[in-house]
Amino acid sequence: MSQLSNFSKGFIKENPVFILLLGMCPTLGVTSSAINGLGMGLATTFVLVMANIVVSMVKNVIPDKVRIPSFIVIIATFVTIVQLLMEGFLPALFESLGLFIPLIVVNCVVLGRAEAFASKNNVVSSIFDGLGMGLGFSFALTLLGAVRELLGSGKLFGFSIYPENYGMLLFVLAPGAFIVLGYLIAIIKKLNKA
Amino acid sequence: MSYLVIIIAAILANNIIFMQFLGICPFLGVSKKISTAVGMTGAVAFVMVLATIVTYLIQKSVLDPLGLGVLQTISFILVIASLVQLVEIVLKKVSPALYQALGVFLPLITTNCAILGVALLTIQYEYNLLEGVVFAFASAIGFGLAISLFAGLREHLDLVNIPKGMKGTPIALIVAGILAMAFMGFTGLV
Repeated sequence: MSQLSNFSKGFIKENPVFILLLGMCPTLGVTSSAINGLGMGLATTFVLVMANIVVSMVKNVIPDKVRIPSFIVIIATFVTIVQLLMEGFLPALFESLGLFIPLIVVNCVVLGRAEAFASKNNVVSSIFDGLGMGLGFSFALTLLGAVRELLGSGKLFGFSIYPENYGMLLFVLAPGAFIVLGYLIAIIKKLNKA
Repeated sequence: MSYLVIIIAAILANNIIFMQFLGICPFLGVSKKISTAVGMTGAVAFVMVLATIVTYLIQKSVLDPLGLGVLQTISFILVIASLVQLVEIVLKKVSPALYQALGVFLPLITTNCAILGVALLTIQYEYNLLEGVVFAFASAIGFGLAISLFAGLREHLDLVNIPKGMKGTPIALIVAGILAMAFMGFTGLV
């Protein structure tokens, strides 16, 4: 039961993007299409789960004072792994996510979970927490990307839904990210209350 | 490349917040009052320039000659984290007044992606050291411009009558979107 709630709280109730407002930079920066959002979300999920596992394993070894720097080193290691894997196997996605891959290191979601959850709980709960939060993050990014892609270029995951010249280019560009996220947060708030 | 182009591009056309989406967390977090926004800008400018210098030297004198490009992310974030600690300690001792003004914001800066982002961009754009410093400083100014504009607007937002569901973050994000639209007008400048 508690494992299930560790896993499921990340989706709506404690969604890192819509409710906690963490990890805003990649959220706004890479979601010009649903695929980019999904790719970024899954990359972050991987880092989140692996970092949670390692942090919860070594939590008793690390002195309290150097806790944060040690967490950052652990996270940076996994980010480098993701970076190299993605460059090798998914070069197109790597190209379009660009700078935001190394910036997973400073994503507050990852450090936040390591500090708030993994450093206090056992390995199994930490895995579920990381997975839930990561998938919640991916869900938010994919949703945001899908809405922007649909409104902006009339496509969804690259498939044409309606002719491109009816799309509003604004939504693919920078301002669209802020505006769509604003409305999505308002909707989620409303749903959470009901 | 002329320095003027770098400065105008970093402040207006490629504004770090509205066009590159770096440093959004402090942008949303500390922009409720103009005074805190200015304090944050000061801290960011200070650390950003220092971090760019140090990471540049590390990249050119350690990572490149030894072929350790893979370690870029790890080494940069470590340097930035320890630099922030160092700055905090030094400021506390040397200039208590400045520490009073910036102190609260310094720990937040470690996880500010604008700092790491600018350090990485300086390497990516292949700037030399001086260009990198100018770029970092201009980016910080751009950050300050965006965050103070936004803070000014947000102080008024509290008093406006808007639908209940839109209060707080949603309306702030939409205002940010409209500001970003205004900044898009600068795109043709460079």
